[in-house]
Amino acid sequence: MTTLTERPTTIAADDPRLKDSSATRSYAVLGVLVAVLAVLPFLLDDQTETVAVRTLIFAIMAVGWNLMSGYGGMFSFGHAAFFGIGAYTDAYLLVQHGVSPWIAMVVGALISAAAGTLIAFLCLRYKLAGPYFALATFAFAQVFLLAVQNIDALNRTEGFNVPILSEDSWTMMQWKAGSPLYFWIPLGILALGLLGTIWFVHSRTGQYAQAVRDDETAAASLGINVMRVRLVTVAASCALTSVAGSFYTQYYFFVGPEQGFGSAVSVNAIVPAVIGGIGTIWGPLVGALIVGPLSEWIADVLREPPGFLSFLEGLSGLDVAVYAALLILIVLFMPKGIYGTLRDRFRS
Amino acid sequence: MTLLQVDQLTKSFSGLRAVSDVDVTVTDGEFLGIIGPNGAGKTTLFSLLAGQLPPTSGRVVFDGQDITGWPADKVAGAGLVRTFQLMRPFESMSVLENVAVAAHHRHRSRRAARRHALEVIERVRLAEYVHAPSGSLPTAGLKRLELARALALEPRLLLLDEVLAGLVPAERAPIIELLREIHADGVTVMFVEHIMAAVMALSERLLVMAEGQELALGDPQEVIRDPRVVEAYLGEDYA
Repeated sequence: MTTLTERPTTIAADDPRLKDSSATRSYAVLGVLVAVLAVLPFLLDDQTETVAVRTLIFAIMAVGWNLMSGYGGMFSFGHAAFFGIGAYTDAYLLVQHGVSPWIAMVVGALISAAAGTLIAFLCLRYKLAGPYFALATFAFAQVFLLAVQNIDALNRTEGFNVPILSEDSWTMMQWKAGSPLYFWIPLGILALGLLGTIWFVHSRTGQYAQAVRDDETAAASLGINVMRVRLVTVAASCALTSVAGSFYTQYYFFVGPEQGFGSAVSVNAIVPAVIGGIGTIWGPLVGALIVGPLSEWIADVLREPPGFLSFLEGLSGLDVAVYAALLILIVLFMPKGIYGTLRDRFRS
Repeated sequence: MTLLQVDQLTKSFSGLRAVSDVDVTVTDGEFLGIIGPNGAGKTTLFSLLAGQLPPTSGRVVFDGQDITGWPADKVAGAGLVRTFQLMRPFESMSVLENVAVAAHHRHRSRRAARRHALEVIERVRLAEYVHAPSGSLPTAGLKRLELARALALEPRLLLLDEVLAGLVPAERAPIIELLREIHADGVTVMFVEHIMAAVMALSERLLVMAEGQELALGDPQEVIRDPRVVEAYLGEDYA
C-alpha cells in the first residue's frame, strides 16, 4: 500500500507562496517602537512620566489578557486575580522575607500561571463557555479579594507598604524618584510580552489556539488536544498579567486588596484591549496609549474642574463612566477595535 | 486486512436509539458507501467512530487498537479522520493557515507544515485561494477545504459526510474525480452521500441504514435492488 507519507513533496522549499513576512515585520515594528519609546524619560517631566509608566502597566496587563481572551477566545473578567497574585507575591516576599523583587516577579508569575490553569481547567471541564466562563473568572477574582482581606499573614485590608531605601539598589529594584529605570523596566516587560505574543501567534501552539477559538469541534477532529492548548494559553496570559502586578507594587510602594484584586483592575486589563482591538498584536498597546492618558486627564478634571464643569469637583467614578461610553462606541462602530478596524481597512 | 471493525455499536439519546447494534467491517483500501434516509443515523455513526460522541455500547477497533470512547483528537491522531457536512473552516485564518493547522500534526516546524499544506492545497485544486480568508470561499471551495484539512493529517481512514451536498452538478464531477484519486492513493474511505450517481460510481460496497439500523450491506448493484432498500430509501423510480 502506498501511503501519503511516502509520496515525494512537489512543493519547492522556497516556493514564493510559502513566504510569511508577517512575523518578521512585527518583530521589526516592535524593535523600532521600543527604541522610540525608550527615549521618552529624557523628554518627559516627572509628572508626565508617571502617566507614561501607568500606561505601560495598563499595556502589559492588556497584552496578557489578550493572549487568553483575544487569541484563545476565553473571555476573562477576572484578571485582577493574577495581577493581585503578582502584586502580593512581590509585597509579601519582599516585606516579610526580604526577597528580591526580580525573584518575586518570577515566583508570582508561576503561581499565577498555576492558579489560572486550575481555574480555567475547572471552568472548561464543566463546559462553561462565553459569558458563563467570564462570570466564573469574575467570581474567582472576587473570592481572592475576600480571602486576602481576611488573611492575617497578608495584613487583611491594610495591605503592604514597601520599605523605601536610602540608596539605589538593583537587587531591590529601587532608585530615586523619577529615575528612567522606572520607565525602562515596564517597557522591557512590555517588549518581552509583545515579543512572546508575536512568537506565540505564529507558533504551532498559537495556531492551534486560534483554531480552537474559531471552531473547537473542527479543531479536535484535526487531532488538536483542545484542553491542553487552552490551558497553555491561559498560563501564559496569567503569568504576564502577574508580572504587571509585581511591578505595580514596586512602583507605587504600596498594594492593598483593592489595588491588587479589585474588579476595577480586571476592567483595566479589558478596556485597553477592547478599545485597541482584541486578537491583534498591537491592539492592546494602542488601547493603553489612549486609556492611560485619558484616565489621568479624567483624574485632573475631577480634581480641578474647569468652571462649566464645577459640579464634578470631588466626584469619583467618572473614569468608569467614560470607559463605559467609550466601550459602547467602540463595540457599535469599531467592533474590531481601533487598531483592528484600521488594519482591515488598510488591507482592503 | 481489516482496518476498522465495528461491533454492536449503539447510541441512545434519552431512550431513542439513533444508532442501534451496527456491525461493519472495513477492509484496508476499501471504498464503502453509506446511504439511508434522513435521520437514519449515518452522521451519528460517524460521530461515534471519530470520537465526537461516546457510544452507549459496542466496540470500535481501528488498525488493531480498541478506540471505543477515545476523544476526537486522539482518534484523528491515530489516522481516522472525518469531515463535516456543514463546513467548519477556521474563519479568522487563510486557506493555507487552515490546512497548515492540520499539517502541524505531523510537522512540528511552521515551514514544514506550510509546505505540506500547500502541497495538499494544490492536490485538491484550491491553489487559487491559497491566501484567501477561508470565510470568503464559495461552497465548493469550502468543501475542498474540508477535504484538504482532513488529508493534511495523512489519514488511513477518511469519513466523508456529504461532501457533495450543496453543490451544483457541474461542481460535483471534479470532486468525485478527486475522491477517486484520494482512494487510489491508498486511503480507505467511508462515504455518506445522497447523490446516488456518485455513490454508485465510487462505492465498492454499500451500507444502507434506516432508523439507526443496518438495513443492507454488500455489493452496490445487489443492494440497490433489495426490495427493503427500495422501500425504505430509494423509492420505486430508482429501481
